[in-house]
Amino acid sequence: MNTDNYDVIVVGAGHAGCEAALASARIGLKTVIFAINLDSIAMMPCNPNIGGSSKGHLVKEVDALGGEMGRNIDKTYIQTRMLNTSKGPAVYSLRAQADKAKYHTEMKKTMENIENLEIIQAEITDILTDNNTVTGVLSESGMIYKCKAVVLCMGTYLKARCLYGDTIIQSGPNGLRQAVGLSESLKRLGIKIYRFKTGTPARVDKRSIDFSKMKEQKGDETIVPFSFDNSAENIQREQVSCYLTYTNEKTHEIIRNNLSRSPLYGGVIKGTGPRYCPSIEDKVVRFADKQRHQIFIEPEGEDTNEMYIQGMSSSLPLDVQIEMYRTLPGLENCRIMRNAYAIEYDCIDATQLKLSLEFKNIKGLFSAGQFNGTSGYEEAAAQGIIGGINAAMYVKGEPPLILDRSEAYIGVLIDDIVTKGSSEPYRMMTSRAEYRLLLRQDNADLRLREKGYKVGLVSEEKYKKFLDKKKKIEDEIKRISSVSFPPSEEVNAVLMSFGSSPIENGAKMTDLIKRTELDYDKLSPIDKNRENLSYEIRQQVNIQIKYEGYINRQLKQVEQFKKLEAKLIPDNIDYSKIMGLRIEARQKLEAIRPESVGHASRISGISPADITMLLVYLNM
Amino acid sequence: MNNNLNDTIAAISTPIGSGGIAIIRISGEDAFKIISKIFVYNKKEKNSEQIKSHTINYGVLKDKNGEIVDEVLVSFMKAPNTYTKENTAEINCHGGIRAANRVLSLVIENGARMAQPGEFTKRAFLNGRIDLSQAEAVMDIINAKTQLAHKSALERLNGRLSSKVKLLRDEILTMTAHIEAAIDYPEHDDEMMTYEMIKNKSLKLLEDIKLLLKYADTGKIIRQGVNTVILGKPNVGKSSLLNALIEEDRAIVTDIPGTTRDVLQESININGIALNIIDTAGIRSTTDAIEKMGVEKSKQYAKNSDLVLFVLDGSQSLDDDDIKILEFVKDKNLIIIINKIDLTENTDFDKVYNYADDDYIIKMSVKNEIGFEKLFKAIEKLFTSGKININEEALITNERNKASVADAARSLENVVETIENMLPEDFISMDLIQAYKSLGEITGDSVEEDIIDKIFSEFCLGK
Repeated sequence: MNTDNYDVIVVGAGHAGCEAALASARIGLKTVIFAINLDSIAMMPCNPNIGGSSKGHLVKEVDALGGEMGRNIDKTYIQTRMLNTSKGPAVYSLRAQADKAKYHTEMKKTMENIENLEIIQAEITDILTDNNTVTGVLSESGMIYKCKAVVLCMGTYLKARCLYGDTIIQSGPNGLRQAVGLSESLKRLGIKIYRFKTGTPARVDKRSIDFSKMKEQKGDETIVPFSFDNSAENIQREQVSCYLTYTNEKTHEIIRNNLSRSPLYGGVIKGTGPRYCPSIEDKVVRFADKQRHQIFIEPEGEDTNEMYIQGMSSSLPLDVQIEMYRTLPGLENCRIMRNAYAIEYDCIDATQLKLSLEFKNIKGLFSAGQFNGTSGYEEAAAQGIIGGINAAMYVKGEPPLILDRSEAYIGVLIDDIVTKGSSEPYRMMTSRAEYRLLLRQDNADLRLREKGYKVGLVSEEKYKKFLDKKKKIEDEIKRISSVSFPPSEEVNAVLMSFGSSPIENGAKMTDLIKRTELDYDKLSPIDKNRENLSYEIRQQVNIQIKYEGYINRQLKQVEQFKKLEAKLIPDNIDYSKIMGLRIEARQKLEAIRPESVGHASRISGISPADITMLLVYLNM
Repeated sequence: MNNNLNDTIAAISTPIGSGGIAIIRISGEDAFKIISKIFVYNKKEKNSEQIKSHTINYGVLKDKNGEIVDEVLVSFMKAPNTYTKENTAEINCHGGIRAANRVLSLVIENGARMAQPGEFTKRAFLNGRIDLSQAEAVMDIINAKTQLAHKSALERLNGRLSSKVKLLRDEILTMTAHIEAAIDYPEHDDEMMTYEMIKNKSLKLLEDIKLLLKYADTGKIIRQGVNTVILGKPNVGKSSLLNALIEEDRAIVTDIPGTTRDVLQESININGIALNIIDTAGIRSTTDAIEKMGVEKSKQYAKNSDLVLFVLDGSQSLDDDDIKILEFVKDKNLIIIINKIDLTENTDFDKVYNYADDDYIIKMSVKNEIGFEKLFKAIEKLFTSGKININEEALITNERNKASVADAARSLENVVETIENMLPEDFISMDLIQAYKSLGEITGDSVEEDIIDKIFSEFCLGK
């Protein structure tokens, strides 16, 4: 028995575990994090990038709250791109290619140097409870670690096995040891365990690829950092390229001819896979009429020749893999260094959790990350920081931090998984966020910095910096709201230079900004009293003025949404007393026990009519 | 609506006013207990427990002093086969406000609570007997003043509006899905809907929705009647016209007590269209003093009307006041009546043809019953003929649905505007989703926090 008493124990040191442990320790609680192998801290066992559509938003939000992912990728990126720039500012999304090894090293370094945080290599096999309350954990060597709260972040390690063809390896990702004991322990606690699967493509030797047959994809010239702590200037560096190639009929034919040898189609894999991140077999079967699929070739780091074949994860046998990869232009002679495989693992249905990520039936037990049935590093980190914060809040006896759907993608993500559950690994998508015009990646700090400060994750200094930025934005908007231009030659010359029609009477500056062909920056030659402001501030001013009408309409929608969210459902509600409620609806409500009527309305299988009944009941 | 469902409610279910009989409806757990306290059976051997469900029983009501209040028939209907799915009793007593109120008071003294408007139907809904759209249709059926109104509500009860709305929503959803896919998979070169296609589709949807809206006005007219005002100078024959119209439709005349307005309304059925003729400060009165309605007053009445009947004296010349009123009402549905053609006809009425088409200028003699047929035809043409197939299109007849459709139209207009301003896709989907939501309010697919109150507060008492 370890004689130390901990506040918070984090089980697992992937992207969720790291954020959870750092949050808890930074808030000031005595924290320990366990990993099965310390060389796997913040390991990226699949794609070599962070961010992308909607996932980039999550990273920015984690950063705004005071998390580590944004800073860590800023330190270790080897290419960065802003995607979706042809679309609106709400869906711009930042994505960076990571140097995987450096990403791990830098995160480990950060963790090792945080006060209050211990890092231990060991497998945790049991969660100890007393009276449905967490008291500690037990390691494989029989050591007991006492604590007040536990955050489960086991990712894909629980009873994991990797499969390709008829090869089955009892291991976690990347050949790392699986974790065995905890599944049974959790079942004993009344937690329901599910089985999901996911997969990863092969890594091939850079020297065996003919890049001349592929389309090069360079990074952006203008670098946008993930972290609000950084500026473009201080993270400037040389970027490496990715490459685009395509599958073809030959590829598809090989796959079709060998489907029976895939454990997925042969029936060996029982777990449910992600629809949004399908294996190449899935793509060929499901989109049979598609002639070709895009495949991206991405470097895994600067100090390695391994290249990641994005878009071609597979569980086909190795000989088929080699044959199929070699049908792609540029990969004709490719040599596989690590083959593709599917991984199957134990996870939970997150409807067993509250919005705080604490288990409904066990006090002090929190759960975050891929173990909750999600997929993706960013989704994991987003849950990790909330799990860590709320474990800390629980220990401190303070209310949990819950972000709602109108405040953050993190809120959407957590609300979705704890409300609807998931029959497949959950992936964040822009379309899941109803109020995304407000949830932009550029304003994550305006939305969440204050919350991060309040829970104790954002330092005084950073918070002051943020307040200063916020004030400058507000002041500038106030100033330009009262600026008007006369129909002078000078003004019209500027307008016409951007293809905008000249004005005949005076025009308000805010009205001109709203014109499609103009923006805040373009008007600077005629806006004489303008101060020299940073890009971030100018961008906020422009977006907030230019899209004012849309933002206001979205705010109205949020108002409607909040009305139903504000209708709280009492803890002790007896659903059997509600007349007219269908039995199925009653069972679902009983199982999820939603916190508000709005929350209830998002449970799958609950119809609007059921909600109406609930509303009537609550009104009486 | 902070009432619980466990108590027993009662109300007079027949229209207030003089009538042969009135019905007091009681619903709830204690309905029979209350009856047993006040009802004395004709057949002495029976008591309330022995009475079979769904029978009608004759006897008298007595108050606590043993005095007979009324001679009545009482129907007993045991749960769950009743309108509310609760124990229900209905007392058929003598009509008239006083008699019915006396019985209602007796029932309330003995443990029932006064029902709120629509509460019986609300219970039917809460107890799972009818769904929300049916509840709404029930309300419209009750309030139907004409056969058309009744038919339109029935159509809705059958789900015609729902299926139309569902069609529109599906189209919106398809567009949204395409846009969302393009946003979620920025690097994938899958085909997507072009702006032009989204714009055209939105315009088409907008057309459909605007048609619904246009018919919504007809729908409202079908349901509530045409608010009609008779204008004209003193002594042109306004009061005779009104009286003659009432004469024409004696069977359907009803007095609607001015609950919200300070004027009386007469409801007249003209070839299936209900005209609510607003009795502008008592135009039926023959006293000149009251009938002196100035231009300003006319304007006020005309403002809120769906139809203006402007009466001129055919034996008199047009004057400035006439023109002033005509100027003001020219954009309304206007019928100009040149009355008193039995007298010497003044030919100098060319000017009025600037304000209405031939078909809507009626030469009449109210006194000699000349021209009524032409007037009715004009009214019919104005509100129904050809333009609108009421059976097919007039699905929206209440304000709640109309507001939702109008919201959807506004959102689609925003979509078109966004595309015209060449803003990016995500601005489009925001308004598309809003349109989808607004339409969903009609069918109950979008949950609104105050929907229950919105619907049931419109109900009439006793249903």
